[in-house]
Formats: sequence, C-alpha cells, structure tokens
Amino acid sequence: MIVGLNLNANLKEPDRFYAALIEAHDGLSKAESDAFNARLILLLANHVGDLDTLLQALATAAKPNK
Amino acid sequence: MSKIFELPLYPYKRSADQDASTPARHRIVVIGAGPIGLGAAIDLAQYGVATIVLDDNDRVSWGSRAICFAKRPLEILDRLGCGQPMVDKGVAWNLGKVYFDNRQVYEFNLLAESGHKRPAFVNLQQYYFEQYLVDRFRALEADGAPAELRGKNSVTALVDEGATVLLTIETPEGAYQIRADYVIACDGANSPARRMLGLDFVGRVFEDNFLIADIVMEETASFPVERRFWFDPPFNRGQSALLHKQPDKVWRVDLQLGWNIDREKEIKPENVISRLKAFLGDIQFELEWVSIYTFQCRRMEKFRHGHVIFAGDAAHQVSPFGARGANSGLQDTDNLIWKLKLVLDGKAPESLLDSYDYERVHGAEENILNSSRSTDFITPKSEISRLFRDAVLDLSERVPGIRPLVNSGRLSVPCTYDGSPLNGPDHPDLPARTRPGAPVVDAPIGASWLIDALGNRFQLLTLNAEAPARLEIDGVVVDRLALDANSGSEDYLRQRYLGNADSAVYLLRPDQHVAARWTHYDADAVAEAVRKSTGR
Repeated sequence: MIVGLNLNANLKEPDRFYAALIEAHDGLSKAESDAFNARLILLLANHVGDLDTLLQALATAAKPNK
Repeated sequence: MSKIFELPLYPYKRSADQDASTPARHRIVVIGAGPIGLGAAIDLAQYGVATIVLDDNDRVSWGSRAICFAKRPLEILDRLGCGQPMVDKGVAWNLGKVYFDNRQVYEFNLLAESGHKRPAFVNLQQYYFEQYLVDRFRALEADGAPAELRGKNSVTALVDEGATVLLTIETPEGAYQIRADYVIACDGANSPARRMLGLDFVGRVFEDNFLIADIVMEETASFPVERRFWFDPPFNRGQSALLHKQPDKVWRVDLQLGWNIDREKEIKPENVISRLKAFLGDIQFELEWVSIYTFQCRRMEKFRHGHVIFAGDAAHQVSPFGARGANSGLQDTDNLIWKLKLVLDGKAPESLLDSYDYERVHGAEENILNSSRSTDFITPKSEISRLFRDAVLDLSERVPGIRPLVNSGRLSVPCTYDGSPLNGPDHPDLPARTRPGAPVVDAPIGASWLIDALGNRFQLLTLNAEAPARLEIDGVVVDRLALDANSGSEDYLRQRYLGNADSAVYLLRPDQHVAARWTHYDADAVAEAVRKSTGR
C-alpha cells in the first residue's frame, strides 16, 4: 500500500482527464465553477480518505511557484 | 397551574450561622444550586462530607435552557442516585434529519450500540433536571447527610485566606460570614466568584444571535420525535433553524438571526410569533419561554485557584451546538469530588486536586474545539467557507460518504483523560476504548449492568483473572469485582474489556474512569497504580 501523497505520474490518460476537467466548467459562471470545484475536492478527499495524505496535499497545494 | 420554575423550592430560612459571633467554619461550600452545584452537593453528601450550598435564588431555573442530556452524564446521575427519574421523564430520541434550502438532504440514526443501560441522549427541560436533583438532595438530607441548601443567600465577597476561604453572604435579613475549607464555584457563565477573585475568562466571541423559544403544541401529529436541523431554509434565509422535542408537548425552536439585529424588536412576542408561524405553519401554540442569546467559547486558564475550585459554565463556556454545557459540567464535579474527599480524609496530598485542572481543562479544550467547529460550519466565516459548507450539504443528499462532514453539532461524547498524570500502565492486547483515562464502557452482567456495580470507591475489575477480594494501599481501599467473560451472553465484556487477551485486571477510579490495566494481577504493580492515581 502506498502511504502518503503520490507525487509521481499516476494518471492513466492525462490528456483525457485534463480535457474533461476543463470541459466540465464550460458554460459555468465563476460562482458555479467555484461550487463545482468545491464539490470535486470533497469527492476526491473522501475517496483518498487518509488524513495524512490529505494534509500533505493541502501543504503541497499551498506552495505555488509564484 | 403554576410551572415548577415559579415555585420556591428552597425558600430562605434563617441559619444559626447568621447569629454566630465568629464566622462558622464548614468543610465545603458550593456556590450555585444549578445542575452542576447540585450535582456536586449530592456527590459530597453521598460521601458524608459536610456541605453548604448557597444560591442567590430559591427556585429552579426559569425556562428550559439546557435540554439535551447525554449517556455519560446519565450514568453519572445514576451514581448520584437520580438517573432514573430523568430517564423516565425525558424524551429519548434517535432520529436526526438535516435540511438544506427547501429539501431534506439526509437523515441519520443515533441509535447507540446495544449492551448499554442508558440511551445515547434524552431531552429534558433544565427545570425538571434541577427539580430531580433537589429531590435527591432532600432525600439525602432526610437520611441524615450533613448537607444544607440555603436559598436567597448571595455571595458578595470571597477572600482566600490560604487554608480557608472567608465568604460574605447577603440575605433578605442582612449579611453574614462563614469560612470553608474549600469552595466549589458553580455560579454560571457570569460567575460572580470568578469576578470577585479577579480571574480571567478569555476566548472567542461569535458574532451571531439566536432566538430560542420553547413552545407548547397540543396538536403535534406532524411533529415527530426527531431532531431536525435546517441550513439556509426558505423561512430563515441565510441562517439556520433547529426543532427538538421535550417532554410535556414542549418543543425547542432555535432560529439563527445573524449579528446586526434589533434585539428589542426581535424579542417582542408578536415578532417571535410571526417568525414561528413562518417556520411551523399556521398552527396553535403557546410560548413558554423566549430568549435571544449570543455565545462565546472560552475557559479559565486554571480551574483550581487555591481553595476555590471552579466547575461548569463558571469555568468554561461553549456554544450550545453539541450539548456540551451541563453535560461537561457534570463531568467536572464527577472528576473533582472523589479527589476532594480523599484530600479531606488525609488519604491523598492536596496536589491531587491539580489533576482536576489537568483532566477537566483537557475536557474543556475538547468541547471548545468541537463546538467551535460546529459553529464555523453552521455560520461560515468567509466566502470560501460558505462555498465548501454548501458543497458538503449539496453532495450529502446523493453521496453518503460526504455526510460525516455535515456538522450541525457533534453531540457530546465522554471525555478520555489521555496523558493524565494519574494514569497507570496499559497493555497493548486490551481494547483501545477502555484504555487508562477512559470512562468505563457499560455492559450487561447477568440481569443487571456493569455501570451499576461501579463507582464511589476504587475497584479492581477482574475478568477471568485472580486477585484478592480487598486491598488496602496507604489507607485507600480497593474492592474487587470479579467477572467471568466466558459465558455466551457476556460477549460485550469480551469485546469491551478483553480484546485479544484471555484475561484482564482493571483498576477503576471512584468516578468510573480506568486508572490502569493489565492482563494479570500483580500486587506491586496495582499498589503503585493506586498510589499514582491518588497523586502520590
């Protein structure tokens, strides 16, 4: 079992996922997009489940490269 | 007919202390005859410790106030000899429903696991709660317990003299003074005792107002015995609402109003009634009690200040979401009184009282954390916080996995004193839920309950293990309770106390918390654990 946040390539079809992510926001207002993102984060967080992994993801996301 | 809270239950009577030439000296003075003060006084009276309770009023609290009493406090009340009338009168409930906007998003069943004497919760008006405590106090008094409840006795000055505390008390017939070895201040969130000693009470203020109304409804077919909570409902846009059943056709309504309100206007009966009709529809009801409250989450830095010890709301205050006020106050005095008894008897050093500070500050921190989190979910403090809150509620309707994130109050669970200086050894093969610091977990034993066989003294619970019937360690008596965890009907005992082990020995404190545990009896180890759990 992998413990912790996987920072290596893990998406089976990255281009399809990315296109689907952007398309999902098509036609949404800023507020609707924000709400969509919130629901998406919650669903993925529940799927991950492990708190340490989620805390690592929060910490990693909190540091943009400027 | 008069309501119970309109009757003087302990009217002012002149005491001989008022005519004494020098202040009479008492062992314990409890300030405040609310749920916590009365709980403390009953506990002391059961131990035979001479106690005076002083209250500035002469009757039970007006309005229902605290209404939700959890399993662990009910067990404490059983130990105090008055759990049964509470449970008999109270409304047991299990079903909770959560609404968002105009629809129900899910429901949950609180039904606790089986094998417990007491339910997860009962709802009961605080005035009944206090009445049953007064009844129990009176029964102990009639049996000769050295306890006295003085109504219309208002403490106006408190001086810590080192070994004693000097109290000045105002009465309808003038002031008098008494001395106490220890004072237990249970005088509520605005604690005059705290103010008299110049002690701090800091924390977080929540910028919100809640309208709380208890209403009597004759026709309640469409109002089942459930806890119903609304987020952002059409009848109270952008706010929350709560509806909860109490005994006697009384319902608790809690409506969030927001921060910038005209308090005088909102509390007018005609405005309250129109808000309630928007909520409940055009039905007949009578207003029993209405209040608008704001709240804070805060606590004293220390609960023990020399010979003055604070308990309940006087020591800590939380938001009402999660029923952690009276419930945690009862756990305070449950923790304190047996320690005080050992210190008064010279069987433990006074420093044992510092463990009350450690253990109950830990409990207060847990309650403040939980109730602050509930409040932040109910009233999001930022745009992004509201976005996530609404996303949780929206998803919870179709995704069961998201429902645990919905937080309309995390209902009070018993506090485990992890890391307490009183805790002795643990054994890794035994189940985590009954580890040192935890309150005992009830289980059926034959035709009765484990919880009823425990408390008010140190005990050695043995499961499939040998030990002496009675020990005496430096004056502290430890009685053995021997149980056989092998019989089929007692699988609860195996799950809750044995885990992966074949046998177990638990040292239990007088407040029914686990002090230490082993898989086998070892005389030296048990003696050392008894010393440790009595502060030596």
